Amino acid sequence: MGLHAYLLLAAAVFTTGLFGVLTRRNAVGILLGVELMLNAVNINFVAFARYNAEIAGLVFALFTIAITVAEVAIGLAIVIAIFRVRQTVDADHLDLLKG
Amino acid sequence: MTLETVGFWGLAVVLLASSLAVVLARNLFHSVLYLAMALVATGGVFLLLDAAFLFGVQLLLYAGGVVTIVVFAIMLTEQLVGERIRQTSRRLAPGGVVAVGVFVGVLVSLGRVSLPTARPPFPGNQTAALGEALVTRYVVALELLAILFVATLLGALYFARPDD
Repeated sequence: MGLHAYLLLAAAVFTTGLFGVLTRRNAVGILLGVELMLNAVNINFVAFARYNAEIAGLVFALFTIAITVAEVAIGLAIVIAIFRVRQTVDADHLDLLKG
Repeated sequence: MTLETVGFWGLAVVLLASSLAVVLARNLFHSVLYLAMALVATGGVFLLLDAAFLFGVQLLLYAGGVVTIVVFAIMLTEQLVGERIRQTSRRLAPGGVVAVGVFVGVLVSLGRVSLPTARPPFPGNQTAALGEALVTRYVVALELLAILFVATLLGALYFARPDD
């Protein structure tokens, strides 16, 4: 298997996540799409690290995973805070900042 | 067909199928379970790429931590039984066009470059090298990550405070 195969797989997962982000109404559903996209990026990092015998890609993937966990924790805390105020997590109804 | 080829295609099918299920499932709870499957399959891809340590991190943090937090969030914002957990999608056609467009763009640019097909041998123990790199060359970033986690903890506590 060459590097191409891994990059193609990652691209397919990334675009699937992008589709989810664009089409989901539920805020949690949108976050799940973002998770898929970040995950696909990690595959790229690790694949490039392996095929170039370079440790930097692994370090980068490790940092991405750690920061994603922090992002999910805060993102979902915001979703729950919004739910407590507005009683909905439908992204189409959360337009308070709309000018 | 080597073991790696078989493993890659098997994992690719599982990963793509569960990814599609995440974005298409009507029940939000099912979406999360499919996400857990996709994350474990990604961990399998890491194993194929000889990154055993990242496989462990992926299982612990992603498949363990993230999925648990998301399940909690769903339980707090939706009713598990009833209509509310059903989610609908909107603008499927434009979203599909954009997604396919991005994929084709990546495909075209991938076709133009020549990438390595053979794996160079990794000098020494990969996990040990990763640990050493984290506390030498990337030590500043590691410390910044610690600060980020403290900020995250404080932020989560702030959002979780009781109304007064």
